[in-house]
Amino acid sequence: MKPLKLKQMNSTIYITIGLFFLLYLFGCIRYPGFSSPQVFCNLFIDNAFLIVTAVGMTFVIITGGIDISVGSVIALICMVIAYLVEKLKVDPVIALLIALLIGTSIGFIQGVLVQVFKIQPFIVTFAGMLFARGMTAVISTETINITNKFFMNLANARIKLFDKTFIAPTVIIALLVVAVSYYIANYTSFGRCVYAIGGNEQSAVLMGLPVAKVKILVYTLNGFYSAIAGIIFCLYMLSGYTLHAQGVEMDAIASSVIGGTLLTGGVGNVIGTVFGVLILGTIQSILSFDGTLNSWWTRIFIGILLTIFIFLQNILTKNRNKVA
Amino acid sequence: MKKINLNNLSQKRLFWPIFILILVTVYNIFFTNGFTKIEIRDRHLYGMIIDIINRASSLMIISMGMTLVVATKGIDISVGSICAISGAVAASIVGGNVNGIAEHPYWIAVIAALIVSSLFGLWNGFLVSRLGMQPMIATLILLVAGRGVAQLITDGQIITVYHKPYSFLGGGYLLGIPFSIYVTLLILGILILIMRRTAYGLFLQATGINPKASRFVGINIRNIILSVYIISGFCAGVAGLIISSIVKCADSNNAGLNIELDAILAVTLGGNSLSGGKFSIGGSVIGALIVQSITTAMYAKGVSPEVLPVVKAIVVVIICLIQSEKTRDFIRTAILAKKEAF
Repeated sequence: MKPLKLKQMNSTIYITIGLFFLLYLFGCIRYPGFSSPQVFCNLFIDNAFLIVTAVGMTFVIITGGIDISVGSVIALICMVIAYLVEKLKVDPVIALLIALLIGTSIGFIQGVLVQVFKIQPFIVTFAGMLFARGMTAVISTETINITNKFFMNLANARIKLFDKTFIAPTVIIALLVVAVSYYIANYTSFGRCVYAIGGNEQSAVLMGLPVAKVKILVYTLNGFYSAIAGIIFCLYMLSGYTLHAQGVEMDAIASSVIGGTLLTGGVGNVIGTVFGVLILGTIQSILSFDGTLNSWWTRIFIGILLTIFIFLQNILTKNRNKVA
Repeated sequence: MKKINLNNLSQKRLFWPIFILILVTVYNIFFTNGFTKIEIRDRHLYGMIIDIINRASSLMIISMGMTLVVATKGIDISVGSICAISGAVAASIVGGNVNGIAEHPYWIAVIAALIVSSLFGLWNGFLVSRLGMQPMIATLILLVAGRGVAQLITDGQIITVYHKPYSFLGGGYLLGIPFSIYVTLLILGILILIMRRTAYGLFLQATGINPKASRFVGINIRNIILSVYIISGFCAGVAGLIISSIVKCADSNNAGLNIELDAILAVTLGGNSLSGGKFSIGGSVIGALIVQSITTAMYAKGVSPEVLPVVKAIVVVIICLIQSEKTRDFIRTAILAKKEAF
């Protein structure tokens, strides 16, 4: 039984990866300049925050839950950092620590409400979403620009890979998060318990797994990841604003699903999610390379491409299952 | 004797939603100025209560459709976008003539808007029931693309409609009562009749409780699931017409923005479980009224629109905690422990 299941999971990932390269190849053939390595690196620079938050989301979805608060939490973290550093002149490092603490506590509280009080995750995180977005407005309804030296230097720093190709430090943070998450998901008892809960929560309880603890931890971890994503987003935008990062939760859920995560829980992979983010990023760069499309066409195209991807994945995975 | 009655009562499905609505209303009566005042002006009823019901009508209608979707273990997060599409279709058919002359009759616009929104519902239902997509992802596609479609229909413009009948649906009065309330009651009546008096209602509930068993019994669950998304799309279309009629224009970016979340909240506050099964349309209507009462009360208190989400979040958590079995268990054990101590 077990090797069969692993095989099925792997095949989903290969499909996602294959689709990503196909899409990227399409861009390279269609638009000159798309094949430049910098375009590939920009995918990571522009989507570093999404990679981090989508990975956290993957953990939550694998347990069978969902977290729609991440976009608002990212906005709140941005605002908190901007306010602390610019208005209160707090030391940048302390501001970052406070930001991490806020994100983690929001995650923890949501986890407790879900696990201890048995309120549905969608509703709890909806409340979290409203709360975080509202608190952003309570701090300031106007844009706060960050002019702090430390942040400016960090945001403008570039790491040269080879001639004329560079990445930002935030990419390193995102890849580090991915590596750690991959390790947690696949090589720790915590990770295995996450999959067990998603597979069948009751069985997991009966097996004596610490279900309650792990579920609260998963939401806490996601809160922590949203805080990291918020810091990355803050470095990317260099400002705090109430309408930052709107709809990011949907992007994160979409990338998770394109990456092969099932919303019913139990199935999913961190690497697949990363490729899910890259696919969304590639769609956006193709649309911006084209340049002739109106903003509403962008939305429609993303919708159409999303349909095609999910559709293809559905067919391919179903066929694989039949063969197996 | 009385105690047993209360216990029995609290087991009833609609007890907690009604209890919370009463709680919110009592708060409003005591702490919101002019809440109970209802007066007759120009032979129309005016007052905050009428206002709440009127404003809540679009949310109530969407919540009814959402209840059916939720009953089949599904979710429809595209309703806000369908609202925008419906408004865009109606407004572009009637046209933005400044003299109030309609390019095409209003009734054609209404029918076209409802057909288009039902078709988008059909699309959602097709993805979920025929292709086996997860409901949230299937409707996510339209959530993303829908506002783009609406902008495409209106060519990216906000069409302001000066045609008089257009504003009747959301702002008109019939026998002194806002017309949108009649629309809401009509849809509520039809849906309840279908659910209580036809086999369809029974099949729907069976599908939600156990899809596999229902299939073995011979219910065509794929068509049942398809139908609930069409109904949800239709309801969103009606709500979209009301919303665009209130503001007398079609704003593709903001019409029905985040209404899907409010609707899901209303459904849950109405005592329905998001994991499907037994459902109560009446409960969702009460849930929608609770959501709107809170919003109106907060505005009356002078809470700014940007800060309102914080208050709403706290109220939502408190209400969910009241409804949670676990909290009641904690309280019960606490009371028992106290009694034993004596």
